[in-house]
Amino acid sequence: MYVKREDWIPGNFKNVPDTGRSTQNDIVQHGWTPITTTTSVLGVVFESGVALAADTLTSYGSMACFQNNPRILTVNQNIIVAAAGEYSDYQFIRDIVEEKVRTEKSLNDGISMKPKALHTWLSRVLYNRRTKMKPLWSTFLVAGIQNDVPFLGEIDKLGTAFVDDQIANGYGAYLALPLMRKAIDEKREKFNSKLTKDEAVDLLKKCMEVLYYRDARSHDKYQIGIVTKDSVEIQNLVLKPNWEVAKLVQGYE
Amino acid sequence: MSSIGTGYDLSASQFSPDGRVFQVEYAFKAVENSGTAIALRGSDGVVFAVEKLVTSKLHEDSTGKRLFSVEDHIGMAVGGLTADASAILDVAREEARSYRQSYNMPISLKYLNERVSMYIHAHTLYSAIRPFGCAVIIGSYDPKDGPQMYMIDPAGVSFGYFGCAIGKAKQTAKTEIEKLNLKTMTCKELIKEAAKIIYMVHDELKDKQFELELSWVGSHTNGKHEEVSKEVFDDALKYAKASLDDDSGSDGE
Repeated sequence: MYVKREDWIPGNFKNVPDTGRSTQNDIVQHGWTPITTTTSVLGVVFESGVALAADTLTSYGSMACFQNNPRILTVNQNIIVAAAGEYSDYQFIRDIVEEKVRTEKSLNDGISMKPKALHTWLSRVLYNRRTKMKPLWSTFLVAGIQNDVPFLGEIDKLGTAFVDDQIANGYGAYLALPLMRKAIDEKREKFNSKLTKDEAVDLLKKCMEVLYYRDARSHDKYQIGIVTKDSVEIQNLVLKPNWEVAKLVQGYE
Repeated sequence: MSSIGTGYDLSASQFSPDGRVFQVEYAFKAVENSGTAIALRGSDGVVFAVEKLVTSKLHEDSTGKRLFSVEDHIGMAVGGLTADASAILDVAREEARSYRQSYNMPISLKYLNERVSMYIHAHTLYSAIRPFGCAVIIGSYDPKDGPQMYMIDPAGVSFGYFGCAIGKAKQTAKTEIEKLNLKTMTCKELIKEAAKIIYMVHDELKDKQFELELSWVGSHTNGKHEEVSKEVFDDALKYAKASLDDDSGSDGE
């Protein structure tokens, strides 16, 4: 666990105790790997709001262990949050955020949390934990409306936080993000406008399908969360994959 | 008070020879100096009404409130030293929070009452600390147990009530409450009666200015404790003032 300063020998990274008991001189490895994991989350900003997509599978290694674990959280009528990575770390954050919302509500001042505030707060929590070498192994997308402007931001397990109009993590960053960028760019070039709500939802559905074909940790049941001004909606959806394409993949037999 | 000067009133940890604890009795006096607060438990919920005395014209409107939410589903009306009361409120909120963290469900009013009562009682046992100079009324509603209400006094004694009053005019208020058929009345009827009682017991000669506070929790608010809407408030106010005009002359309040 903890190495006393006077016991520390520079360069002595290994200590084999002669008693066979573990001692305080043992070097401890900090950080670990996630155990119960979820795969990609996607987020896209459209003209009047933000949409997030995430499947409901929690894997235990390569086993599709829990198939009905939703991970899009309605924080209030203005914010939704989606998470990827270690599911228990998401649950931990969810409990704290819900408690925060309740505490603020009981003040009864009519003020509710805003997405930028939650984004910043989450970035501080995750950064603080990684600085302690005990990271929360999760990535969060925060979506909401602030001052009538749609907001979408990500925080990863290192505490890196950023804002963008389309965000995907994990396999989504390789497979879905290019599709999302393409759709958004095309719309802008052709019509000089942003995606509509329906276009954004259709785009996410397409991306989830593409991910389902290639990502072995993905699932056919998923949710899309949509936040627009003063309203939050979460849809439960099921993919209808077309495996006709499978025969085109060759060389892996 | 014949006891003053006998030395038995200096500590909460010593009885007087005739079996009284004077420090606690003085704490009761602190409550009797405060503006009146009442709560009525009807068939479908609990209503709270507070006579908030305005001690200076320089105060902002709606500052120094005495009606609070412990959590979404629990209301609290306080009387006595408001700083002591907000310490009690903090304790109650912490109890509710920690209960939810342990059991993932909202705290029951019965259990909260027990915890807060014992906390207040513990402050009547030691010479090093002063008892709380405040009394609190807590109320909630849930579909299974119906409306519930408790009052806790500075000694830490608590009872469940159908109607209760604390503060300056608690005697007259209680007399008025006893005239109501509480068990059969609904919140919508009771809120008017509550406003009327506060206006009735207000002593215009001694305390010139006051603000009326009204809140409720019941089936009609979905079990949530909230301030009444402006329309309900105005209606209740109108009713209170109208019935006072009728009574003036015959009633020397």
